[in-house]
Amino acid sequence: MTPPVEAAVDRAFREEWGQVVATLIRWTGDWDLAEECAQDAFAQALRTWRRDGVPRRPGAWLTTAARNRAVDRLRREATGAAKLREAADMLAAQDGDAADEPGVPDDRLRLIFTCCHPALALEARVALTLRTLAGLTTAEIARAFLVGEQAMAKRLARAKQKIRHAAIPYRVPPAHLLPERLPAVLAVLYLLFNEGYSATAGAGLVRHDLASEAIRLARVLVRLMPDEPEAAGLLALMLMHHARRAARLDEAGDLVVLEDQDRGRWDAGQIAEGVALLDGALGRGRPGPYQVQAAIAACHSTAARPEDTDWAQIAVLYGLLARLVPSPVVELNRAVAVGMAHGPAAGLALVDALRETLRESGALAGYHLLPAARADLLRRLGRTAEAAQAYREAAGLAATDAERRYLARRLAALE
Amino acid sequence: MKYVLLICGDESAAEHAYDGCGGWSETMAERGVLRGGAGLRPPGDATTLRVREGEVLLSDGPFAETKEQLGGFCLIECADLDEAIEIAAAHPAAAYGTIEIRPLTDL
Repeated sequence: MTPPVEAAVDRAFREEWGQVVATLIRWTGDWDLAEECAQDAFAQALRTWRRDGVPRRPGAWLTTAARNRAVDRLRREATGAAKLREAADMLAAQDGDAADEPGVPDDRLRLIFTCCHPALALEARVALTLRTLAGLTTAEIARAFLVGEQAMAKRLARAKQKIRHAAIPYRVPPAHLLPERLPAVLAVLYLLFNEGYSATAGAGLVRHDLASEAIRLARVLVRLMPDEPEAAGLLALMLMHHARRAARLDEAGDLVVLEDQDRGRWDAGQIAEGVALLDGALGRGRPGPYQVQAAIAACHSTAARPEDTDWAQIAVLYGLLARLVPSPVVELNRAVAVGMAHGPAAGLALVDALRETLRESGALAGYHLLPAARADLLRRLGRTAEAAQAYREAAGLAATDAERRYLARRLAALE
Repeated sequence: MKYVLLICGDESAAEHAYDGCGGWSETMAERGVLRGGAGLRPPGDATTLRVREGEVLLSDGPFAETKEQLGGFCLIECADLDEAIEIAAAHPAAAYGTIEIRPLTDL
C-alpha cells in the first residue's frame, strides 16, 4: 500500500501540476523554468508533507513553493533581475490566488489555448499539452507516440522556442477568435483520446492512460468553459466510448465489435454522466460535430441489447454530421447505419457509391473499414463469395494485429 | 514584436502584381503597424549571388525554381503572433497566394 503522504503527492500531481505550471508560466514567461520549478515544488512537498502533514490546500502550497523556487533561481541569474522585477509587479498587481477570484480566467485555460495554438504543428500541440498540462514526462510521451525520447525532447523544445520567438500570446483568445480556436483545442484532446483508445499501429490496441488523460483534460476544460456546448459534447463522447473499454477486447486481446460486447461490463456510471452532459449541451441549442457524435454514441450506449439500437435515429444523426463535417468516414458510418435501419441493400448502395467516389480521388488505399463494411453487407445479402473477397481485401489493409485477427474470424465464419 | 510578411504566389499571382493592396497598406499604416515593404518584380528579373573563395558567382533567376515565388514583403510591428495573423489575413494576397509570417531576430 502507498503511504498516505506519497498518495497525497500523487493525487496533487494529477490534480495540480497543470495549474502550478500554468501560473508559473504567466508569472515568469519562461516555460522551461516553470516546469523545473513545478518539479522542484513536488519534490519538496514529498519531504515537507511527511514532516508537517498534508496542507489544507495542496495546490496553493505547491504554487507558492514553485513561486519561491522561481524567485531564488531568477535572483541567482544575472538576466533574471529584469524578469524578477516584472514578476514582482505582476504579483503585486494580482496579489494572492487569482484562480480563486471570479472573472479571472484560470491560468490553465491560457495554457491550453497556447499549447493548442494552430501556428504549432499538430504533433507538437499534442506533446506540449501532455507535458505542460498533464505532467507526463518526455519519456512517457515518447513511448505513447512510438518515437525516441530524444526526438520527442527536440519536438517539445522546438515548440517552446517557437512560442517564445514568434510571440504566440499566453492568453485565452478574445471572443471573436474563439469559434476558430476552440475547435483546435478540442481536436487535440480528441486526438489524444483516440490515440489511447485505438493505437494506430502495432500490437497494443488500447492505451488507457492517454484516453484517461484526455478525459481528465476535457473535464478541466468543461469546468473552465461551462458555456461551450462543444466542450461538453466532446467530454460526453469520450465518456461514452471509454465506458465500453472493459468489453471492447476479449481475453486474447482481440477486438469485440459493438454488437457482440457484453453490455453488462459497460461502465453505467460513465454512460449516465455522458448522457447528462450531452443533454445539458444540446439544451443550449448550438449543436456541433462533437455533440452529434456523442448523440450517436448515446444511441448505442443506452440500448440494453444490440437489437434495441435505434438505427434510424443514428442514420439521421450521421446525415447531420456529414453536413457539419463532410468526410468519407462519416459517409461510411451513415451507410452502415442505413444498412441496419433500412436493410443491407440500401446500405450497400451507399457504400458502393462512396467506393466509386474514393476510387476516383485515389483516397481508397489504406482504408480497411470500407471493404470490411462492404463485406458485412454482402454477407447479409447472401452474396458469400463477394463477401469473402471483401474481407480478404480489408485484412490486407488493416493496421493492427487485432483488427486482422477479427477480419480473419469473420472470413472463417463465412466459409 | 516585429514580423516580416513574405508574400508568395505561383505564376498566376503575376496578374496581381500591379493590383496594389486594395487599401490594405493605407489601413495598416493608419493603424500604426506597417513599417515598410515593397512588391517585387517577377523572379525572371532576379539575379542570385554567392561569393566562394573570393569569387563572385552569379546566376540568373531566384534562390530556387519552385512553384511558389516571393512576390513582395511587408515589415509590420504589432503585439503578438495573433495580431500578425489577423493583419496578414486581411492582405488581399492571402486570398490568392500564401503569406509567410517570420518574426525578426531581436538584434
